[in-house]
Amino acid sequence: MAISNQISVPEKVPFWLDPKKRAIIYQIAVMAMIGLLGYYLVSNTIFNLKKQHIATGFSFLHKESSFEIGESLISYSAASSYGRALLVGALNTLKVSFIGIIFTIILGTIIGVARLSSNWLVSKLAAIYIEVMQDIPVLLQLFFWYAIFYEGLPPPRQALCPIKGLFLCNRGVAFTVPAPHPAYKYMLLALLGAGVLVFFIRRWAKRRQEKTGEFFPVFKVSTALVLGMPFAVWLAFGAPTKMDVPRLVGFNFKGGMTLSPEFIALLLGLVLYTAAFVAEVVRAGIQSVGKGQREAAMSIGLRPPLVLNLVILPQALRVIIPPLTSQMLNLTKNSSLAVAIGFPDFVSVANTTINQTGQAVEGVALIMAVYLIFSLSTSAFMNWYNKKVKLVER
Amino acid sequence: MKVAKVCIVTLVAAMLVFTAGISAAKTLDDVRARGFLIAGVNGGVFGFSMPDKKGVWRGLDVDTAKAIAAAVFGDANKVKFVALTAVQRLPALQSKEIDVLCRNTTQTLTRETVNGLNFCHVNFYDGQGFLVPKKLGIKSAKELGGATVCVLPGTTTEMNAADFFRKNGLKWKPVVIEQTAELSKAFFAGRCDVLTSDASQLAAHRSVAPNPDDYELLPEIISKEPLAPVVRHGDDQWYDIVNWTVMALIQAEEFGITSKNVDEMLKSNDPGIKRFLGVTPGLGKALGLDEKWAYNIIKQVGNYGEIFDRNVGPNTPLGLKRGLNDLWTRGGLMYSAPFR
Repeated sequence: MAISNQISVPEKVPFWLDPKKRAIIYQIAVMAMIGLLGYYLVSNTIFNLKKQHIATGFSFLHKESSFEIGESLISYSAASSYGRALLVGALNTLKVSFIGIIFTIILGTIIGVARLSSNWLVSKLAAIYIEVMQDIPVLLQLFFWYAIFYEGLPPPRQALCPIKGLFLCNRGVAFTVPAPHPAYKYMLLALLGAGVLVFFIRRWAKRRQEKTGEFFPVFKVSTALVLGMPFAVWLAFGAPTKMDVPRLVGFNFKGGMTLSPEFIALLLGLVLYTAAFVAEVVRAGIQSVGKGQREAAMSIGLRPPLVLNLVILPQALRVIIPPLTSQMLNLTKNSSLAVAIGFPDFVSVANTTINQTGQAVEGVALIMAVYLIFSLSTSAFMNWYNKKVKLVER
Repeated sequence: MKVAKVCIVTLVAAMLVFTAGISAAKTLDDVRARGFLIAGVNGGVFGFSMPDKKGVWRGLDVDTAKAIAAAVFGDANKVKFVALTAVQRLPALQSKEIDVLCRNTTQTLTRETVNGLNFCHVNFYDGQGFLVPKKLGIKSAKELGGATVCVLPGTTTEMNAADFFRKNGLKWKPVVIEQTAELSKAFFAGRCDVLTSDASQLAAHRSVAPNPDDYELLPEIISKEPLAPVVRHGDDQWYDIVNWTVMALIQAEEFGITSKNVDEMLKSNDPGIKRFLGVTPGLGKALGLDEKWAYNIIKQVGNYGEIFDRNVGPNTPLGLKRGLNDLWTRGGLMYSAPFR
């Protein structure tokens, strides 16, 4: 009786000996410490700034910026606010990072595959490329490409014209684009529509194949849709062919589209540098798939493209994606070197803002926040993609 | 390089964040205790501040800082120079990284109020101009519509240029490069049609061009750029010392005292000179310095005219005329308050 009583009424454990409660207490303590530290930093900064009569706060964002920015995706002038100037800078950073990442992945994959080529020359050339590009600091590469532009190319009046409608000079690359026409807007919509359609066709084809084993030529149909739908719209609008050719007016080219030397140098530098790292990532990914996998796939009669698509890639991608994400983040962050060659990226615009307003603390905080947002959203997307491609274990 | 720069700006910002109560204590005491002055200067503007081939700092701003060291320590060499970019300079001063900023910095209302700084007496009157290749055949800045303009970031220059083009309804395209050397390389290689900066700096750029004679300054000077040493708000004694050091350079030239004749001048009968050189004591004590402070400045650094001629005058590669920087008695703006 006495014994069973002892068992049914367990001894009351004091809360500091209960691991669960203790863990909660520790967490609260840590949170409080971090909170206090944050409070100390903020209040101390404000105190110091006040003491030195330095303006604080973000009200400067609404003031007139009074400086020009060389290139912008949105309308901007010196009469716009600092906030808008910073937005222009952020969009420029996004532009170069986004285009850079796409080119880097394409080039990196090609070189990575070339590195594994059984052709001795191709594989050695790829190896040399990787070694050289990885070993030269990206800043030097930027200076190099920029110098090639302004030292190597003639002034606008003697611009090189390798093909009709394309001009190369030390002010950038000017090329012919189709003149504005309402058709293009609808062509873009048609392209998007085609994309959505392709997505559903792929899903349907996959399900049908799983059910019935019948094969549907998804690739051919998708290509036809993606190319054909915009083309049909173009024809429906009477096939506009008017072109906007760049002409030399005054100091520079007008009309057409011009890419500045700063933008091209930055893009080239970042892409060529990062592609070397991506190539290694791709090579590692492919090599991580055992040789037996390929042999097994071949022996059950799969054609080589299917071997790659169904067996090699799904296994290689789970090795490739995480380091690839990190390279994408590197490229985005390295784009801040733009300031050295005069591309108005976010850091460059923020620097000018800091100098004109004198509000360094706010400026640096904004720089950190913007890069944090860029990086976190890239990671979030890549993590989602990683989850999608990872092997489904059955 | 750039990374390092971001680090410095961040560090400086961090200083503001972490330092527990930057005190408005006496800068003079700190400088004395340390044993040398820390002066922020430009890293590479020939004639104003730039290390020579042996690594010795030379220039008009450098000499101004040396004069302050001579006033405080009686030794013009007790200075440590810190090269700062346009973007770093104000935070560096605000966070006490440096004691004084002698870096061709333009006095403006915003900098004196919002940024919490005090500008001392002007040591160079400048104005913003445009440098163009002669072969463009341009005679006036009003013809610059549509031009590509090379400009340094984070300076009043950027804003002045924007104001000028807006006022005249001209379109333009800035190319903003942070490093002075990179900027001038890009301009001379033809990346831009125009280089804009303070006229004195344009002269400095032109003097290092591959063919200086192929370039010319346009007649328009579009801004007033009074360049002056800067100190922090809240330390009046230190402000007085730096302010009166610059004025001493000017006053010495007006008195006709040079580094060569300063010893003879000690025997002068002029009561003004006697007070100035500390033969009649009083002025040094008032500033909290040695009575020989002005003597030391002139003996070791020279008067304003000597400094000007040595660094940027007609016999230097810059070849600048005195112009606005001449003494008021000769039609310039250099005018010292009386030493009494």
